[in-house]
Amino acid sequence: MIRLQTEDFDVSAEVRGLTDGRTDVGAVVTFTGLVRDLAGDAAISSMTLEHYPAMAEKELSEIEAEAHRRWTLLDSLIIHRHGTLKPGDQIVLVVTASAHREDAFLAAQFLMDWLKTKAPFWKKEATEAGDKWVAARGEDDAAADRWDKR
Amino acid sequence: MKILYFAWLREKIGLSEESVEVPASVQTVADLLAWLEDRGDAYRQALSEKGVVRVAVDQEHVELDHPLTGHEEVALFPPVTGG
Repeated sequence: MIRLQTEDFDVSAEVRGLTDGRTDVGAVVTFTGLVRDLAGDAAISSMTLEHYPAMAEKELSEIEAEAHRRWTLLDSLIIHRHGTLKPGDQIVLVVTASAHREDAFLAAQFLMDWLKTKAPFWKKEATEAGDKWVAARGEDDAAADRWDKR
Repeated sequence: MKILYFAWLREKIGLSEESVEVPASVQTVADLLAWLEDRGDAYRQALSEKGVVRVAVDQEHVELDHPLTGHEEVALFPPVTGG
């Protein structure tokens, strides 16, 4: 399931939502991304996430479907926030549930790696030195590439 | 054709979206970018970093040689930085 929202999320409640009422889940992996307070040497007062709603929904659904093709997952959830966030705020949540841990671990990492390079979101940081769009990182491309092309 | 701009492309061009009638000579994404660049300084400046501009057609990532019919939703944006 994909959710794009401005509101915060509760990780334990989201995990319960995936596992409640079922007894076939043996492993749940969660990844939570948070806003850091530093961009290089500049302190960040806030971060604004812009997104392309129709494409974000479509792209994340495709990435999630690809994870389900590659690994045996019982369920999964991706939540991505948009709007203005503060340091320490949660930005993104990935939850994967499977019978055994390896599928859940690998799928969660894959989902984050592909999300970072494919999902249409853009971060702008507000610092004392002014506002600045965050530049894409080569490390993120490399992390996405190791899972091969679609 | 509907064109959407995001992040610093939106700021530099000064629009988040617009509807344009493109000439028949615009047959690919690369043609569209070249045509847009001729629309004024703001466009030229925003689109000058050719290697940096990413394109989606009807919400799918595409390359510069992707064909266009003139009826698509085309989005122009910098490399994504979500997550």
